[in-house]
Amino acid sequence: MSSNLPHALVGVVLLFMGLAAFLLHAHLLRRLIAFNVMGGGVFLVLLALAPGHGPAGADPVAQALILTGIVVSVAATGLALALARQLYRLTGRMTLDDEEPDERR
Amino acid sequence: MNAAMVIFVLAGCVVLAGLLASVIVGMAPASPELALAVAAHLDNSGVTHPVTAVLLNFRAYDTLLEVAVMLLAPVIALMLPLPPGAVVAHAPRDPVLHALTRAALPLALLVAVFLLLVGATRSGGAFQAAAVLAGAGVLLGLTWNLSPLALTGRCGGRALLALGLAVFLAVGVLGAWLGSGFLGYPPELAGVLILVVETALMLSIAFALWALFP
Repeated sequence: MSSNLPHALVGVVLLFMGLAAFLLHAHLLRRLIAFNVMGGGVFLVLLALAPGHGPAGADPVAQALILTGIVVSVAATGLALALARQLYRLTGRMTLDDEEPDERR
Repeated sequence: MNAAMVIFVLAGCVVLAGLLASVIVGMAPASPELALAVAAHLDNSGVTHPVTAVLLNFRAYDTLLEVAVMLLAPVIALMLPLPPGAVVAHAPRDPVLHALTRAALPLALLVAVFLLLVGATRSGGAFQAAAVLAGAGVLLGLTWNLSPLALTGRCGGRALLALGLAVFLAVGVLGAWLGSGFLGYPPELAGVLILVVETALMLSIAFALWALFP
């Protein structure tokens, strides 16, 4: 048990809230936001479990890995938005074909 | 998605969250050997901020692969053709927006360059500067309809996207040629090499993020 336990538990809560929202929503933008929330939860757990030492505070290797993860997730979110916009332009819907739209676009 | 599925998903998530939380609570605290190793070698890394040293020196290979992965996003997004009959938004003739952009753009450039240069000693670096530059680029597009490929042309755009990765690879090979191994820097040149790599990365990633929003 580390001293960053509250952060780790909040990260777990965020992760599974994001997962539940990802599975339960059909609208693509909401799924994308839920996916980003999941990513935030994972980063929080990773940072909370890494031990810190000295003036840097938290573990610099964990910080660097999480920075890498944030940048990649930003790029992936941008690509997902571009693909979702293309789907909207081609079909006029923001949900995937085999699901009923559960709310207005 | 009927009520039974919703309850099943929610119950499953709660159970899994409890499982993960119990695992985390039961974990023994990790030893800080990585942080100690970073602190011990920080003087040879060319920068004084530990996170920058880890990102661009000790684990430069991870950053190299990250940049390569990041470049996939605009390449794919720029390949998507505009379907016939699609409505493209045009910049509104809004004086407040124009005034705001004229005031904000030089400031954004200053902040981006500052973030790039301060990354050696404090939190900052190439990615943060690229994010600010990309925001400035999006503001350009919103105000004057300037799309990124219109500014650089297709060849210039491709060159700018590839610049960061190319410079990073070149510096890595240079390190190998100078005897420090691939992506290893000789300690007296490390600061300069890191700055060169970060500048190229800033330009490339800023253009990549801006090109995701044509």
